Amino acid sequence: MLKGPPGLLTGKWTKVLVFLLCLAPCAHLVAVALAYVLQPDLTTGLWRFLVPSLPPNPLDFFTHLTGDWTIRFLVITLSVTPLRQLLGVPDLIRFRRMLGLFAFFYGSLHFLTYLWFDKVFDLHEIWKDVAKRPFITAGFTAFLLMLPLALTSTKGWIRRLGGKRWQRIHRLIYASAAVGVVHYYWLVKSDIRLPVLYGALVAAALLYRLVTSMTRRARQRSAAVKPVPA
Amino acid sequence: MKTDLRYSEVTPKDIYLNRRRFLAAAPTAFLTARELLSPRGRALAGTKLTNLAKSPFSTTEPMTSPDVATHYNNFYEFGTNKSDPSRYSLKFKTSPWTVSVEGDVAKSRKFSMDDLLKVAPLEERIYRHRCVEGWSIVVPWIGYSLSALLNLVQPTAKAKYVAFQSYWDLAQMPMARPDMAGIDFPYVEGLRLDEAMHPLALLCVGMYGETLPPQDGAPVRLVVPWKYGFKSIKSIVKIKLVSGQPPTTWNLANAHEYGFYSNVNPEVDHPRWSQAKEQRLPSFFKNHPTQMFNGYASQVAGLYAGMDLRKNY
Repeated sequence: MLKGPPGLLTGKWTKVLVFLLCLAPCAHLVAVALAYVLQPDLTTGLWRFLVPSLPPNPLDFFTHLTGDWTIRFLVITLSVTPLRQLLGVPDLIRFRRMLGLFAFFYGSLHFLTYLWFDKVFDLHEIWKDVAKRPFITAGFTAFLLMLPLALTSTKGWIRRLGGKRWQRIHRLIYASAAVGVVHYYWLVKSDIRLPVLYGALVAAALLYRLVTSMTRRARQRSAAVKPVPA
Repeated sequence: MKTDLRYSEVTPKDIYLNRRRFLAAAPTAFLTARELLSPRGRALAGTKLTNLAKSPFSTTEPMTSPDVATHYNNFYEFGTNKSDPSRYSLKFKTSPWTVSVEGDVAKSRKFSMDDLLKVAPLEERIYRHRCVEGWSIVVPWIGYSLSALLNLVQPTAKAKYVAFQSYWDLAQMPMARPDMAGIDFPYVEGLRLDEAMHPLALLCVGMYGETLPPQDGAPVRLVVPWKYGFKSIKSIVKIKLVSGQPPTTWNLANAHEYGFYSNVNPEVDHPRWSQAKEQRLPSFFKNHPTQMFNGYASQVAGLYAGMDLRKNY
């Protein structure tokens, strides 16, 4: 069992700290966007550290940054359950909903980058893309699968749906992460190392759940069949 | 105008376009210090090329900044990220360099860079450059028509195609492996002989008034402005005249997506994305309409008369 200093995981400020950490990629994105718009001298002041160089292709930069962090947060969110069980730190659960919402947040920015910068809100072109191009269809599907999860992420919805049902619905994240990996795999031109890595991580997280749920069921069944010796 | 510059005598100059941004980038500071201190890191890139003739083929569209054209590159030998080539090619050794021109020719010959610079007067040609991925840049290339070189070696009647091959050396290009890049090496490309003889097809030795930096294909590359960028093979070591259509790298990697011709065509989509529009760097938006043959239709459309360009993508 891993035991940190008391209160480290349960403390009030830990959650704030994790929240700010999760926002860091977004802050980077905003800094780069500002650098494009304001055109400051990047060799001076804070700019030197925030934006050491302007990415040559802003569309590419935004697309990759937001896409990378979407799949990363999906993997991190899916790792919470295995980690808290394997490492014996149940308190990690406090962060899971927030991490999942960050996956949705970066997924939304990713989608917005596509709609705005890539397609300039040309609905006809967007529809053609979604219908015709498997990797766009997959990405769009992965995003849609996250939508109900984000909408029902509040305490009120947990109460309204009831814990069991809420949890069942939120298993949609398995599908979203899997389809997200397929989206990534289909979009790369030839270098498949990263999509394969994320695929392996998602597969491991899902396999862990499958194995634990099977062993749990087997244990329940055997407990039900065999009467406890008197 | 002949240049009497000897390629091998060129004063090495720092890759000054890189230096400032690299020094500022904290995560790569260690790497950068090492690269900049290394004497081989300065090989040849950035020597001024003078006495350049203007070309009627040049576009008047605004040029892309050299910073973009030298830091956003596809050159898989140096890594598959766009920022990799400028980062990992600093020590690329381009001298001595030999280009072998062989095959179905009367006078096969090995050219040093000095020889190549004497084949024809250097011209500056400002071309649109359209990547198959959907972005484009406008670059002032320096070189001369490939036809000048081919005429020198005299293709025989058997020659129908030209096959090109890039330099490949795992010691200098540790990432140039199929399991890392997903494509085979050495990189090979090809043109039909009449395409190669077209005056627009440029044998290129420089850009922005200087010799080519490694990431843009030093010391000598091809520029075929009416085709997608990957046809414009970099760091050429072999040019072979052949009778049959030669294999080409991206076609071998994915024949369904990349054809032998790969002419810029807004009407024929890439299977995974539309080619109707492009992003003119460094614009945020992909809203620049792509032109047939990248805007060179009046010069090159005749090469493809009667061909189904949908089939011959």
